[in-house]
Amino acid sequence: MAGGRRGNGLAGVLPIAISAALFLYFLAMIPDVAASGALVIHWQWVPSLDIALSWRLDGLSLTFALLISGIGTLVMLYSNSYLRGHPQYARFALFLTSFMLAMLGLVLSDNLIALFVFWELTTITSYLLIGFGHETPKGRRSALQALFVTGAGALAMLAGLILLGRAAGSFELSDILRMGPEIRAHEHYTAILILVLAGAFTKSAQVPFHFWLPNAMAAPTPVSAFLHSATMVKAGVYLMARLHPTLSGTDAWLWSLTIAGAVTAVYASFKALSQTDLKQALAYTTLMALGTLTLFLGQQSGYAITAFATFLIVHSLYKAALFLVVGCIDHATGTREAEVLGGLARAMPITAAAAALSALSMAGFPPFLGFIGKELKYAGALAVASEPMFVAGAVLLSNALMLAVAGVVAFRPFWRRNEQPLPRAPHEAPWPMLAGPVILAILGALFGLWPDLLQTTLVDRTVQAVTGGDLEAKELKLWAGVNMPLILSIATFVLGLLLYAVHRPLRRGLQAFFARMISLDGRWDGFLDAVKGLSAWQTRTIQNGRLQSYLTITFAVVLVTLGGTMLARQVWPAAPEVGEVRWSHIAIVLLIIGGTLLAAFTRSRITAVAGLGVVGIGVAMVFIVFGAPDVAITQLLVETLVVVLVAVAMLRLPFLDRKGESDWRPGHLLLGTALGATVTAILLAVLETPLDRRLTDFFETASWPEAFGRNVVNVILVDFRALDTFGEIAVVVIAALAAYALLRTTAGRRP
Amino acid sequence: METLLAVTVGILIGAAVYLMLARNVMRFIFGLVLISNAANLIIFTAGRLTPGAPPLIPEGADAPADVVANALPQALVLTAIVIGFGLFAFALVLVFRAYATLGTLESDRMRVAEPDEGAAP
Repeated sequence: MAGGRRGNGLAGVLPIAISAALFLYFLAMIPDVAASGALVIHWQWVPSLDIALSWRLDGLSLTFALLISGIGTLVMLYSNSYLRGHPQYARFALFLTSFMLAMLGLVLSDNLIALFVFWELTTITSYLLIGFGHETPKGRRSALQALFVTGAGALAMLAGLILLGRAAGSFELSDILRMGPEIRAHEHYTAILILVLAGAFTKSAQVPFHFWLPNAMAAPTPVSAFLHSATMVKAGVYLMARLHPTLSGTDAWLWSLTIAGAVTAVYASFKALSQTDLKQALAYTTLMALGTLTLFLGQQSGYAITAFATFLIVHSLYKAALFLVVGCIDHATGTREAEVLGGLARAMPITAAAAALSALSMAGFPPFLGFIGKELKYAGALAVASEPMFVAGAVLLSNALMLAVAGVVAFRPFWRRNEQPLPRAPHEAPWPMLAGPVILAILGALFGLWPDLLQTTLVDRTVQAVTGGDLEAKELKLWAGVNMPLILSIATFVLGLLLYAVHRPLRRGLQAFFARMISLDGRWDGFLDAVKGLSAWQTRTIQNGRLQSYLTITFAVVLVTLGGTMLARQVWPAAPEVGEVRWSHIAIVLLIIGGTLLAAFTRSRITAVAGLGVVGIGVAMVFIVFGAPDVAITQLLVETLVVVLVAVAMLRLPFLDRKGESDWRPGHLLLGTALGATVTAILLAVLETPLDRRLTDFFETASWPEAFGRNVVNVILVDFRALDTFGEIAVVVIAALAAYALLRTTAGRRP
Repeated sequence: METLLAVTVGILIGAAVYLMLARNVMRFIFGLVLISNAANLIIFTAGRLTPGAPPLIPEGADAPADVVANALPQALVLTAIVIGFGLFAFALVLVFRAYATLGTLESDRMRVAEPDEGAAP
């Protein structure tokens, strides 16, 4: 427990210090990046696999880094009050800080594999954050769902990144970004595109992979503010923006991003308006923003990319602020229900002001940055070469809905008359919880009034990074004269205010409509059950508890691996050369074969034991004939013992087969024959290769001078390999002890 | 002769696999004995066969005078025979004990740890 009731102690302060230091560092990098475009630093990591820890700081990654560390600082400050005295705050701070660092690593990596590793780190840390309230089934389910959906996408993405790296011949982004035409003409381009987009769409929750994001609101509010404004869900957007110079420009890219983005934006806007929980409504507006960003990344025009760069910043600022505001409301009143809340402006004036500023930015009113963002969105949409009306229509509709949602989330709870009693009497939040919303809201207004602050520092360089330097950023300005975007803006205001006016009946209609729609979230549990059923089925099938089938599988695998290797390597032995053969040799071989067949096919126990004995003696004779008297003696001794032991055991054991049952198994015989033939072939192939006599020569020449023994085999056993022999004796002793223990336990006690 | 032994080894392996796949665990043990013998013969044959010349160093010499049998596989096989015997003896006692406790030698009926489907605990 960190600090108990009084505060969170070091665990509360340290993350704030870390993120603030990082923010200041990145802030100081702005002039360098603005001057040079891109800074790249290399550290070797796994040189043999061409994986380096290399960092890339250009406009795009710097924008993300500033948003991550800046909003991170405010969120850490906020959490320290929001979760004041939480018994697990230290753990929370660790997760949140790790997540922030992983996210920074992701946007700064210049190596695709390192990027993937950081990507997965954000997946895992966000899993821990979403599941921070792991006491509830909902928290656990949401966390697992986010993990599975984004994790599955990430696996596809890994395959795509590896294909991309192989197509480019390098895993360094610095190289890949220069190879756009080659990659787009590459035979694997379509596969790369599909796999990479699978990762980006799942992470950035594009329809139809969107369902995990609203569920992820089970996390504590500061986590939602961080994950869903500037960080985790933007990772997919980041990846698409990062690879824009390499992958964009084809029809496949244009249409998949345009359609996914437009559908997500419009669908999410309606869904947002249908929510009564403020946090859920914000979650869906995040989806809308992600859809819009994806939509613009599909395009090539300077307006579209400038709109992307601007809206990225606008959205991060107002969304983080509004999430934090909702957290303040929840903290102060104990509810987030839009229909319950009202009249909070009197008790929470600062929160209300911050909320109003952010909401105006979100709704796109001048003079806020949101207005400039919206103007650029319209300019970008109209500049779309293929389907300007479709894109502009989608943007117009989602913007109007955004305006209505902004009213519901950030205006109504504060300014409408209080109709219902609140669970708790509202009070103003403490200053650390106000700092975030206030600073972010003021920044939104500041950048709106002086867009140059953003233009020269971040937007220009971001546009350059996303387009690969082909296009200039368009100018950010409040007043661009009377033009099409302005007219569309006015249409948005009218439509948005209308929607806000009728939002309560509209909401009921939407709720009824969405209730009838198929939702993947509803299918999720069924899907998980099916996966569990599948694994249970395959466990039952493969691990069925039958020794016979285990051994069949084992031998079949051995056969396939050995035989397959032989076939694949084309090492079939030439016609075997029988060479010099004596009749005595043939007699011995026939003895062994006869004993073997007898042991294999007899139904009589005594005959089988006799067959085994014959085989053993035959093998011993081989050893005698070919100059291995020591081995032969041991073999004879052991074979005698085997026969005696089996014979003794049989006194107490039943017959081999039950009456009337036969042991004839043609399938097993076939498997055995095939395996035997393969082993014969392998041995023949081995005999064709020259013998490596180095070890033998060493033992022959060293036996007497070094170990003073004239029997080379004995010297090897008791001198050169004495430790092995010791181990061998130990095995026999242990076997003997275990056998003794087994025999001693009282017989006849059945479970 | 190497070729003949290679064929013999194949037959030994085939018979051993056939026996080890049987229902009756006693046959499994017979298969175990055969496959140990097969393995030993493989090692021995792969080291090449030299008839009638054990790897001994005559008195007064520092190394074998003529070509002698390969000592290395012999040492390996010697170890393998003993280990194989230890394995066999333990397996035999295990089977013996299993029969005393469970009253059957058929592996399918030995289902204390993994009860049959339907008769699940």
